[in-house]
Amino acid sequence: MTIFLHEIKQNRTAFLIWTLAIALMLLICMIMFPEMNTGMGDITDMFANMGSFTQAFGMDRLNFGDVMGFYALECGNILSIGGGFLAALLGINALAKEEKERTAEFLLTHPVRRRTVVLQKLLSILFELLLMNLFVMAVSALSFTLIGEELAIKEFLLLHGAYTVLQIEIACICFGISAFIRRSGVGAGLGLAALLYFLNIFKNISRQAEFLKYITPFAYAEAADIISDSAIDMHLLALGLLYAAIGIGAAFLKYTRKDIAA
Amino acid sequence: MKIIQTQNLTKSYGQTRGIIDMNLSVESGDIFGFIGPNGAGKSTTIRTLLGLISPTSGSARIFDKDIVSDHIDILSHIGYMPSEAMFYHGMRVDEVLRMSASLRGKKCQTETSRLCERFGLDTKKKVEELSLGNRKKVSIVCAFMHKPDLYILDEPTSGLDPLMQKAFFELIHERNKQGATIFLSSHVLAEIQHHCKNAAIIREGRLIACDSVEKLTNTKARRITLHGVSSLPHLENMKNITCTENSVSFLYDGNIKVLISELNNLPITDMTVTEPELEEIFLHYYTKEADAL
Repeated sequence: MTIFLHEIKQNRTAFLIWTLAIALMLLICMIMFPEMNTGMGDITDMFANMGSFTQAFGMDRLNFGDVMGFYALECGNILSIGGGFLAALLGINALAKEEKERTAEFLLTHPVRRRTVVLQKLLSILFELLLMNLFVMAVSALSFTLIGEELAIKEFLLLHGAYTVLQIEIACICFGISAFIRRSGVGAGLGLAALLYFLNIFKNISRQAEFLKYITPFAYAEAADIISDSAIDMHLLALGLLYAAIGIGAAFLKYTRKDIAA
Repeated sequence: MKIIQTQNLTKSYGQTRGIIDMNLSVESGDIFGFIGPNGAGKSTTIRTLLGLISPTSGSARIFDKDIVSDHIDILSHIGYMPSEAMFYHGMRVDEVLRMSASLRGKKCQTETSRLCERFGLDTKKKVEELSLGNRKKVSIVCAFMHKPDLYILDEPTSGLDPLMQKAFFELIHERNKQGATIFLSSHVLAEIQHHCKNAAIIREGRLIACDSVEKLTNTKARRITLHGVSSLPHLENMKNITCTENSVSFLYDGNIKVLISELNNLPITDMTVTEPELEEIFLHYYTKEADAL
């Protein structure tokens, strides 16, 4: 429990800034919706007729004039990029920072098992991600009331469920990498999140890149699919959870045997 | 009873040398010195004993328990001071100390505040604001607060001012009298000479001598430097001689009276007599080994 609480405390500033930033951006977008919607007819057409660009963001399948369609698109981009980056950041730093900041020696010469360290750090990340998502969901739900729109509960929960799993997957993969590195992996972590995001865009544009859906978690968190199907592709989600499990497994296997750098 | 015992303990990092076939044995109740120049493998040995790195081959036992399989059990009875203590950025000293106690699953408040007072440690400061010496004090409190059975101290006095060094060694002797064993790594010969009962000398990853401090350091050899002369005095037992235009320096391992009477006849303007450098002590052991062959 000591390490879990310590991690939460160490991450609190970054966590608060990211969470507030994401929530605030969602709130601003939603407040803009009524105004945009009144002069929207043309814009919706425009957005729907931008060819590849439209496909890339799934705007061919989402109705921008509908509040859930608008929310899915906005929320999709803000939460998947913002949340994905936060997840990458938390995951990639978790284990590596001890050696980078040279605190590993302090921590690991106390009678704590390596696997306890890994487990508590992992739990702290999962806890933070859940907390961030719950907070963002609360703010979003509030924003619907503010603009007097109806919230489609099922789609709302599916969307946020998918984003939460997406973040957990990215965090766990980065967590696995974190066990192997000794210096800051922030660049690598954010780069990985961005890469996965762009892979999804390629997948949306080109049929030949369809197979990318088995790689990037942004595929099962595609807002357009979730809203139009009222469901998440469970196969892809399960695959994503498998990748997460591999990341976690790698972290345990490596960190319990690792030679800690001086 | 043996507190620490290593058997052919070896750690290599790929191509680079760590420690090779280390056979070390420390008795219960000892203050054991571990001497060697920087990079000799002192820290590698300690880090292996503590389970931070795993041995490449060989084995070691502490409290008669295996360092790999029982390492958590072992760590809970050890107080460790790293040579360079680093703590979590942004934390206050008292937070670090509380965390350390909590990681041990203990409450050591009385002892902690007693130690902080004794070393004049300001517990409200942030750790990153601390000087090297003050960081060292935090590390002392962390190592001593839970009254362990074995203290492993890696160059503990570097960065401490002489007054604090004195207070620190008083504390060490106190704990030793209460029954604890001390394993003190250092490259300062005087420290080992004044405080340790037994010692081991390590060089280039190998143990080259292990004996009582008396036997190890009472070589009586002294480095003599004479100014105002350019040729050597007529003496036996001179080693490691260096001559410059106006001075002569050598390691003397003979009778001091003979030395003085010989110097009496020389036009020396100044002279120094110092303890031999660590390196020279090592050389002394090397030559002894060579003689034995």
